[in-house]
Amino acid sequence: MTFDPIDLGSFWMPKQSSTIAQEIDTAYYIVYWLDVVMFFGLMVPLAWFMYRYRRRTAKDKVSDITHSTTLEITWTIIPSLLVIGLFFVGLSGWMKAMVAPGNALEIRTTAEMYMWTFTYPNGNVSVNELVVPKGQPVKLIMSSKDVLHSFFVPEFRVKQDVVPGTYTTVWFEATENRDTILFCTEYCGVGHSDMLARVRVMDKADYDNWQETGLMPGEKPLPPAELGKKLYATRSCNTCHSLDGSRIQGPTFKGIFGRTEQIADGSSVKVDENYIRESLLEPNKKVVSGYPAVMPTYKGLLKETDIDALIAYLKTVQ
Amino acid sequence: MANTATVDELGHSPAVRGKNYLNQTAGVWSWLTTVDHKRIGIMYLVSVLVGFGLGGIFALLVRLELLTAKKTIMDASQYNQAFTLHGAAMVFLFIIPSIPASLGNFFLPLMIGAKDVAFPRLNLLSLYLYWIGAIFMLAAIVTGGVDTGWTFYVPYASGVSTTSVISATFGVFVMGFSSILTGLNFIVTLHKLRAPGMSWYRMPLFLWSLYATSIIQVLATPVLGITLLLLIFERAFHIGIFDPTLGGDPVLFQHFFWFYSHPAVYIMILPGMGVATEILATNSQRRVFGYKAIAFSSVAIALVSFLVWGHHMFVSGQSELSSAIFSFLTFFVAIPSGVKMFNWLGTLWGGSIRFTVPMLYGIAFLFLFAIGGLTGLFLGMLSVDLHLHDTYFVVAHFHYVMMGSTAIAFFGGLHHWWPKMTGKMYDENLARVGFALTFIGFNWTFFTQFILGTRGMPRRYYNYLDQFQPLHAFSTYGSWVLGTGFLITFICLARSLKTGAPAPADPWGGATLEWKTASPPITENFEKAPIVTLDAYERPAEETA
Repeated sequence: MTFDPIDLGSFWMPKQSSTIAQEIDTAYYIVYWLDVVMFFGLMVPLAWFMYRYRRRTAKDKVSDITHSTTLEITWTIIPSLLVIGLFFVGLSGWMKAMVAPGNALEIRTTAEMYMWTFTYPNGNVSVNELVVPKGQPVKLIMSSKDVLHSFFVPEFRVKQDVVPGTYTTVWFEATENRDTILFCTEYCGVGHSDMLARVRVMDKADYDNWQETGLMPGEKPLPPAELGKKLYATRSCNTCHSLDGSRIQGPTFKGIFGRTEQIADGSSVKVDENYIRESLLEPNKKVVSGYPAVMPTYKGLLKETDIDALIAYLKTVQ
Repeated sequence: MANTATVDELGHSPAVRGKNYLNQTAGVWSWLTTVDHKRIGIMYLVSVLVGFGLGGIFALLVRLELLTAKKTIMDASQYNQAFTLHGAAMVFLFIIPSIPASLGNFFLPLMIGAKDVAFPRLNLLSLYLYWIGAIFMLAAIVTGGVDTGWTFYVPYASGVSTTSVISATFGVFVMGFSSILTGLNFIVTLHKLRAPGMSWYRMPLFLWSLYATSIIQVLATPVLGITLLLLIFERAFHIGIFDPTLGGDPVLFQHFFWFYSHPAVYIMILPGMGVATEILATNSQRRVFGYKAIAFSSVAIALVSFLVWGHHMFVSGQSELSSAIFSFLTFFVAIPSGVKMFNWLGTLWGGSIRFTVPMLYGIAFLFLFAIGGLTGLFLGMLSVDLHLHDTYFVVAHFHYVMMGSTAIAFFGGLHHWWPKMTGKMYDENLARVGFALTFIGFNWTFFTQFILGTRGMPRRYYNYLDQFQPLHAFSTYGSWVLGTGFLITFICLARSLKTGAPAPADPWGGATLEWKTASPPITENFEKAPIVTLDAYERPAEETA
């Protein structure tokens, strides 16, 4: 990763980059200072006794006090009250972390060995990069394709295992306009420590613009053919259509524009602008002979400019 | 305590002069077929020390690999095997059997004035089962290794890993029976074979801790056995218990696993607490403060230990209500642990403290257990655990408990009872050097990891962010000091076998029964069954003057 992945907010903790971080850190520091006091409360007497009652002669007089019910009750009751208090402090922050606000933006998250895939409400997909708007609650609906994984963003203080066969959820609201890192924190095999993703937090307007145009803040609009090339990857055309002539699930894009294809019903069609447009919006109307009719429709998922861009790109694939 | 007036003399009586459990009979066969709890204890001791050495080598390799953020000496799959084998060897080969099976086997009958455990042959069987289990684990190492982590989480362990998971888990399964049989033996022995006058409340507190441990061993270990057997069936025959693609539930495995493995944490720590109590009582020359509080807190910990397993699973996807209940119950483990801590301090108060080598370990135990216990409070808190779970904070916390407390208590106990077991004194100055390096190296290595953890460094990472490198390197340097400390300790103890001065029956001024017989003890332990007339740790009037 080329950016500074975790900013430190204090000696112990990363920067607080989500709304929940502060409450969790407060809980952390409550138990931290309680621990410091209790530790010295135990160690100072220990050191004093070691000095004061060190053996001087073989016949030292030793105390014959063997118990004190008062003391036993005291040091049972007081710690009990303290830890019950700690429980409630922990419970309070945790309840907030467990219940996502109703207006949360839902992002479908898939973990697999060893990558993260995020699917946004409008169908956009990003891999190993989670893009979220600042100042809006985001809820991830997560599942795993294979083994256990876990979602952990240190700057957000959130963690949740991702389990195959069931959905788990996590939510956060980012407060800092910066990039940070997402770790997998449940051991998942040889690539476990490389299963990282970049979390990009941006203003709501920038996020909306990215969703609309695929442009990150500061990026300029691409020429149609280059935008098409990008869409080819980000909209997963590449899972079924090769560029090098090899057969995957669907026909290769190599030299596709202008080619005459045999259609399953026996007719034939010349691949032009209209056929490409039709194939994106109603893919199963004219399926090339010998290929399964499995392509999903992109109706509503691609804008007019996207379709134009894809057509422009396909013209360049020779 | 056992002042039968004659035991002391009998321990040294001319009739048995020169004969003891070590030289009563000779030859390898006489050891392999022995039913003497002391010989079995010694064989366990050697075995668990081999396990500790093995786990230690893997630990040093893991730390060495983490010296740099990318590849240092091994590739990712070798690293994953190294940390798995470190954990598995340390947990199953070393720490679970460590104190009970070696020191416990040797001293439990001696401390209650018995000749042996209740079922001596069963005792030998449990040693053999431990060895057989260990062979399966070692076989796993040479036939492809294991890379699942010592927790064997599914579906990775049941379907994805290509390593020798079945051999390793079967080894653990067999070793479980060794643990169950030892526990059973101890329970019956404590119930039936106490010497006349040795009431429950006159038993040394080490035995109360072993009793509590044995209860957990007998009740919890079968669940581990069943779980691992199901895992083996899942892997071999795809029966669909844990693997979601076959209709199973991976979180169920975690429930089963931790239902044993959390109580197992107390199988590990309770005997350490018992050893520490003996060391502190002996070296402060005073009766233990709050005897009953310490005894009952051991039993309380054993009981509560069965109700808190879900705190390993706050972020696993178990229900929020379960997590809340488990968090609440978890905090109640802190209470009996705290009670013990306060009573140990009470035992030092008004004592006559001698800083023998075992006492240094005993005091180090108090220091390290305080840190290990108090850092557990962070992890019990639901909200804080969201951040710290599965980071190096957890690694540091459980090393302070497992190694800083249990292993330090084990080595303290080894130094405490070494003269009794071997009849030899060790070089105390060299032993102090070994102790000091161990103590410094331990804190150096593991305190650093608390900082790594709170800053967000996840566990079980082969590659890591450059920003963590300085702290990782610092921790690795500490591991070299720690390793050197243990090496010196081993050299010191091994050398004593050859060159050590003969040990007196009671080198530390102990008040428990094992010091009333010769060093090393005769095969029958005591020539005549002792009769106990004094309370636990009570010294005859003329001794305390």
